Amino acid sequence: MPDENKTAKANETVDRRQFFAKLGLGSLGIAAAGTAAFAYQFLEPNVLYEPSPVVNAGKPDRYPLDSVTLDANWGIYIIHSQEGYFSLSAVCTHLGCLTAWKPELGIIACPCHGSKFKQDGEKIEGPAPRPLPWKRIWLNDDGDLLVDRSTDVPPLQRDSFVRV
Amino acid sequence: MAKTVDQYFDDLRATRVWRSVFRSGTGSSTLKRALAIQQNVFLHLFSTKVRSRMLSFSATWYLGTLTLGTFFILVATGIPLMLYYHPSAPQAYADTKDLQFVVSSGMFLRNLHRWSAHCMVFLVFAHMFKVFYRGAYRHPREFNWVIGVILLLMTLLLSYTGYLLPWDQLAYWAITVGSNIASAVPIMGNKIRFLMLGGNAVNANALLRFYVLHCMILPLAAMFFVAIHFWRIRKDGGLYSHASEPATVRAKASPAVTAKEAQ
Repeated sequence: MPDENKTAKANETVDRRQFFAKLGLGSLGIAAAGTAAFAYQFLEPNVLYEPSPVVNAGKPDRYPLDSVTLDANWGIYIIHSQEGYFSLSAVCTHLGCLTAWKPELGIIACPCHGSKFKQDGEKIEGPAPRPLPWKRIWLNDDGDLLVDRSTDVPPLQRDSFVRV
Repeated sequence: MAKTVDQYFDDLRATRVWRSVFRSGTGSSTLKRALAIQQNVFLHLFSTKVRSRMLSFSATWYLGTLTLGTFFILVATGIPLMLYYHPSAPQAYADTKDLQFVVSSGMFLRNLHRWSAHCMVFLVFAHMFKVFYRGAYRHPREFNWVIGVILLLMTLLLSYTGYLLPWDQLAYWAITVGSNIASAVPIMGNKIRFLMLGGNAVNANALLRFYVLHCMILPLAAMFFVAIHFWRIRKDGGLYSHASEPATVRAKASPAVTAKEAQ
C-alpha cells in the first residue's frame, strides 16, 4: 500500500516541461478569454446614431375626436378617443412589421402575417403573441403632444391618457 | 519530318520550366497518374482514384459539383458588383439602381448573381436529399454530413445577408422580420438581435454589418468548410457507392437486403 501511494504522489509532481506546457496553455486560455471579451465589447456599439425615442406629435387639435392617426416614420398611432388622447405602438408584436389602421373595419391590421388588433391594441386574431403596447404620452409646455416610444404604459389606465 | 501537335506538347512537358512546376513527371502509369493528383495543391483534396461508375451522371447527379459551380459564379459576379456598391444608407439603394440601369452589363451581373444564389440554395437542398436517400450519410461519413449541414446554414446565411444589400422596402422588411425571429431565442435573443443589427432597428449599422458578413466573413467561412468537405470525401473512402460499404454497416442499415444477397 505505501508503495502505491508513493507512485501516485510521483505522478502528481509536475516536471519542468509539463509546467511550461501548462503555463503556456493557461496563458493562451486567458488571452483567448480576454480576446472574446474585447470582441464582444467591440461588436456592441457604445453610441447609436438612431432617432430619439421621444417624438413630437404636434398640437392635439390636429387629431379629431374618434380618429386613429398613424405616424409611419416613428411607428406609432395617436388615437383621440372619448377618454382622451393615447398612443399605441404601430409595430406588430409578432415580427416587427408596421401595422395599418383600417377605417372601414375599425381595426388595426398587420400586412405581413395577418394579425388584427382592436383600436385599444388588444389582439383580435393572428400570430401576434401580445397586444400592441401603449406608449407614454404627455403635453409639453408648448402644448404639443410628446410620445416616448421607449416607455410602455398600462393600457386603459387613467394616467395613460392625455386630456386637453 | 514535321512534328505533330502532340510532339510539341511532349517537348513542352520535357522542358525544365514545366518540370519545375509539375514535378510528378509525365507518363500514364498508375503511379504517375496518382502523383499528378496527389502533388497538385488543388487536386490533392480529392481521391487519386475514382470508380468510373461514380463519375456517371446517375451516381450523384453532379449536385455537389453544380453547387460548387454556382458558388464560383457568385464569387465571380459578386466581386465586380462590389466595385459599384457603397454599403452606406444614403447610397446603397441608388447604387443598386445604377447597377441595374447605368453600369454596362450591371443588370446582367446582378441578375446572374441573384439567380445563381437561388440555384445554389436549391442545389444544396437537392444534394442533401440525394445523399440522404442514397444512404451516403452513414458511417463513416457522418462527420461529412454534419459539415454539409453547416454548409447549408452558410448558404442560407449568405442568402439572408445579401437580401438586405439592395436597401429597398423588400430588403428592409425582410431583415426586420428575420431579425425579430432571431430575437425569439430564449434569454439572449434581444442581445443577438442587437449585435446582429448593431442597433435597435435595421439601420446604417445593420447594412454595414450585413455587407461585411456577406462579402467577407461568410464566404471565407464557407470556403474553409468546403475544403474540409472535399477532403473528407477522400478520407471517408471516396464517393459513396453501395458496393463499397462495409458488410456490417450494410447489414445494420438494411438487414433484409443483405440477407437476400447472402442466399
